[in-house]
Amino acid sequence: MSIDKETIKHVAHLARIELQPNELDKLSGELDEILGFIDKLKYLNLEQVKPASHILPINNVLREDEPHVSLTSEKALENAPSKQGNFFSVPKIIE
Amino acid sequence: MELNQLTAHELLEKLNHQETTPEAILDSLQARIRKVEPQVKAYVRGEQEAGNLTLNSFSLGPLKGLPVTIKDNICTEGLPTECCSKILRGFRPPYDATVISKLKKSGAAIFPLKANMDEFAFGSSCENSYFGPTHNPWSLDCVPGGSSGGSAAAVASDEAIWALGSDTGGSIRQPASFCGVVGLKPTYGRVSRFGLIAFASSLDQIGPITKDVQDAAILTGLICGYDPRDSTSVNQDVPDYTKSLSGDIRGLKIGIPKEYFVAGLDSEIKTIIQEAVNKLQNLGAVIHQVSLPHTEYAVPVYYIIATAEASSNLARFDGVQYGYRAQSDNLMQMYKLTRAQGFGQEAKRRIILGTFVLSHGYYDAYYLRALKVRTLIKQDFDQVFGDFDCIVAPTSPTSAFKIGEKALDPLKMYLSDIYTISVNLAGIPAISIPCGFTKKGLPVGLQIMAKPFNEEMLFRVAHTFEQNTDWHKIKPRL
Repeated sequence: MSIDKETIKHVAHLARIELQPNELDKLSGELDEILGFIDKLKYLNLEQVKPASHILPINNVLREDEPHVSLTSEKALENAPSKQGNFFSVPKIIE
Repeated sequence: MELNQLTAHELLEKLNHQETTPEAILDSLQARIRKVEPQVKAYVRGEQEAGNLTLNSFSLGPLKGLPVTIKDNICTEGLPTECCSKILRGFRPPYDATVISKLKKSGAAIFPLKANMDEFAFGSSCENSYFGPTHNPWSLDCVPGGSSGGSAAAVASDEAIWALGSDTGGSIRQPASFCGVVGLKPTYGRVSRFGLIAFASSLDQIGPITKDVQDAAILTGLICGYDPRDSTSVNQDVPDYTKSLSGDIRGLKIGIPKEYFVAGLDSEIKTIIQEAVNKLQNLGAVIHQVSLPHTEYAVPVYYIIATAEASSNLARFDGVQYGYRAQSDNLMQMYKLTRAQGFGQEAKRRIILGTFVLSHGYYDAYYLRALKVRTLIKQDFDQVFGDFDCIVAPTSPTSAFKIGEKALDPLKMYLSDIYTISVNLAGIPAISIPCGFTKKGLPVGLQIMAKPFNEEMLFRVAHTFEQNTDWHKIKPRL
């Protein structure tokens, strides 16, 4: 399986990464090679095999719904590149 | 011997008998760091900061203020934790990872410098760090391995007493092997991942990198255990691992997987591993060849599952809550530029590959298929562990390679993890211990793997081998 540049552009958009034209060229060659290598999985017969989405036999981990101390908003905002009052601040999204 | 050259258990003896103090140990580490850090670069900003290190206050506990070095992807309250990435530049976590709280409760001092690593643990050489590469203490033009290369190089060069790393596909064991130290990846679920900045959540585990097996047993015991804040941590008693250091492996059944001794394994490494296996046999173990038939699929499965999970985990780095933000008036453009400028090349490659294998139309062909093959890889191990106590193999197909040698060829770099990746996919524990040197004087690691939650078996076999060899006592000349 090879991957064309349009697909990489689309995927980069989904991943919210702006790619430079030279990065796109380089990535397309590298991803082709990696996907070519990954393709060997195609030749296994997997019809009867269940997927291992999780390696441990634990399911539906729940805890008691009890209040406890958590981060204060001041602490949560300490690392924010931009903030206003008790909020993270981002470029305007509504015209 | 200087204090910084001793193991943690030797220093604990001295602390217990009031023969030394945490301050004296810090002074000795600081002197060492000033001397060798310009060449080794095991720490983030190590050279700049080495002049004014102070230990944070520590609580009363069995470790009595002994410092522990921490990889840069484990959250330490108030201490920079940047995953060696530009996108987390300046990040100081508002909380401690569970392993850090546990160490602090045991009386450890958290070493104020963080260990270098590949950005977000993406790599096998420590060359992908935003802060520049770490150098192998045994040969400065070689890589220390990765991603926990800083932790391993710091321990090997006596710039650290012991350290924590993280292992997603070999990131503790491979650098331990390249640097001639001990490195353990615990069973998935054994150690809480709370506060470990996530790479691939179904594979990541925190573990120790130490100068000998006894230190590894002590440090593992301190960080293990159930944590309600990590829903994948397992509620199971933590044994006293130091009790496994019995020195007796008579009658143990050890499997040698034939798929790990095929083309690609350096012939010098092969001979050294065979000698180590003979040693185990002489010590009373029963050796048989075994088969892990799906071994050749481990790397492709890993690079689907690990990148898929990484692409999802790294979505949170968008310039809003922490770290680097690119300036733009437009929100979408701010996200895209922040991530374009904040992530290094390998991180972008993995995020894009991971997004692709999860994307509409490709999910079944890649991600779902990889999950199924993961089941087969797990079953291979279950089968062998039905008859054997542990499996022994090389940790890496080669010794440390030259800086720059594989940096431009991602696939070649990925293949250097071929012997460590299956362990993460199967969720089992494994340890790497020193077992010899190449003719060029580079260390070689022996990998021992065991059933889930049987770290005791690893410590028992590793300790017995170590006590009957001198490899762990040889130090690099720096």
